[in-house]
Amino acid sequence: MSGRVLRLVLPALLLAIVVVVWEATVRFFAIPAYVLPSPALVFGALIDDRALLFNSLLVTLGLTFEGFMLAAVGGIVLAMAFNQWRLIEYSFYPYAVILQVTPVVAVAPLLLIYLPQHLAVLACAWIVAFFPVLANTTLGLNSVDRNLMALFDLYKASRWQVLMRLKLPAALPQILTGLRIAGGLSLIGAVVAEIAAGSAGAGSGLAYRIAESGYRLNIPRMFAALLLLSLVGVAIFLALSALSHLVLRRWHESELRAEN
Amino acid sequence: MPGIKPVMTEQMASSPTIANSIVSLRDVGKTFDSGVVALAGLSLDVHAGEFVSLLGPSGCGKSTALRIVAGLSAPSRGTVEWPQGHADAAAGAIGFVFQEPTLMPWASVARNVELPLSLAGVAQAREAVATALAHVGLADFAAAFPRELSGGMKMRVSIARALVTEPRLLLMDEPFAALDEITRFKLNNDLLLLWQALRRTVIFVTHSVFESVYLSQRIIVMTPRPGHVFAEIAIPAPYPRDERFRTSAEYAGYCRQVAETLAAAMGERG
Repeated sequence: MSGRVLRLVLPALLLAIVVVVWEATVRFFAIPAYVLPSPALVFGALIDDRALLFNSLLVTLGLTFEGFMLAAVGGIVLAMAFNQWRLIEYSFYPYAVILQVTPVVAVAPLLLIYLPQHLAVLACAWIVAFFPVLANTTLGLNSVDRNLMALFDLYKASRWQVLMRLKLPAALPQILTGLRIAGGLSLIGAVVAEIAAGSAGAGSGLAYRIAESGYRLNIPRMFAALLLLSLVGVAIFLALSALSHLVLRRWHESELRAEN
Repeated sequence: MPGIKPVMTEQMASSPTIANSIVSLRDVGKTFDSGVVALAGLSLDVHAGEFVSLLGPSGCGKSTALRIVAGLSAPSRGTVEWPQGHADAAAGAIGFVFQEPTLMPWASVARNVELPLSLAGVAQAREAVATALAHVGLADFAAAFPRELSGGMKMRVSIARALVTEPRLLLMDEPFAALDEITRFKLNNDLLLLWQALRRTVIFVTHSVFESVYLSQRIIVMTPRPGHVFAEIAIPAPYPRDERFRTSAEYAGYCRQVAETLAAAMGERG
């Protein structure tokens, strides 16, 4: 079998084995569902609670998407500002780093005190997701070919032309890398904030469902919500990888196939 | 080396008058912020329509001299004069070819060539781009992307981009140094044909004796750093020059003369 087929078949096979062993173990030892539900029960919860879970899925997707977009736009715009005005970079960069290194789990409860829950969740998603966009975009904007800079200089390109026609396109590979990291992180940020909101929250996202199902010992639904969260993460990753491929396929080294 | 004297005086007498010069460097010096003195007392005239080479060892400041002519770098000392009016890249009067092709990898060949015009806000550039690409033999590659081209073809695109504004003055900074010999010879020939057809003034920087003799009407030999003019040598061989010239005794004679002059220049500390 070719490597490509194996890459699909082997993980699928492993999944099947894990599910079968899991099911068999739960049945053989008669483990109660509130300790470890069988895959069949989890699947059942997925079907039975589909309306509830689907709504939660939409809420989580919406929040993650909003947080991601804010992080993407904020990170790119801030990086452009840093690149154009050094004083802005000097003033803001340390705080961007502080925001990044402070664990968001610790910040979320505070944000929930001062902001409405929707905004607090958004803020968490933004805080964790914007830094990789900022850092990667900054790197990209600063790594423009010196000779191309000289060429734009030679033809008296304005600062705006240099930024829009040289620096931004040159930074695209790094920007897309930043976005790919930010996609996963914005989901984490949204989930952390919802979990922190916990029972006090009026939210209805997947993370809230997990917390709520935990309190009610509805473990199958916990697993079902967790499964959906993973799928959201995978979907975000695939979507951003596809975007990256579409944008870069004609010119960037990372998209070149090895030729024999 | 005995017997080799700077030949400046005779050559100056036989070269066109200053009035015909397109750009004149007067006692130009360049000291970088790092304290490195790249140029000291460089004076030279470039005449309208001529093909002149700056020849010298690595680090002698010949690229710096070219960047000063282009306005990319300001001289620390001395002046750059334009007797026939200032040539300015923004106005399309100077074209520059770097050692590397220096193309935007995200843009097609046509959009790379169009760049000088589009930066200047020229709306109807299609015809100029097509003409420039035809000049370098890449008319069929307008839609290609740089990574789909060979090294020689990329350099052709770079030359087309420099020509698209129909510059009076074409500055070339070791443009073929990174290419293999077969490709370099081919591009040498094509560049000469282009020069004869278009009659632009060319200043060509190189560290190759053979390339400078093959291409130039006049070779300016520079000393090691800090660079200044050691000698000027005319190569009066007629054009068109082709591969027969490259293997002729005449060519070998000029190469020996230039190589000996360069060796003498290397012995002189600026």
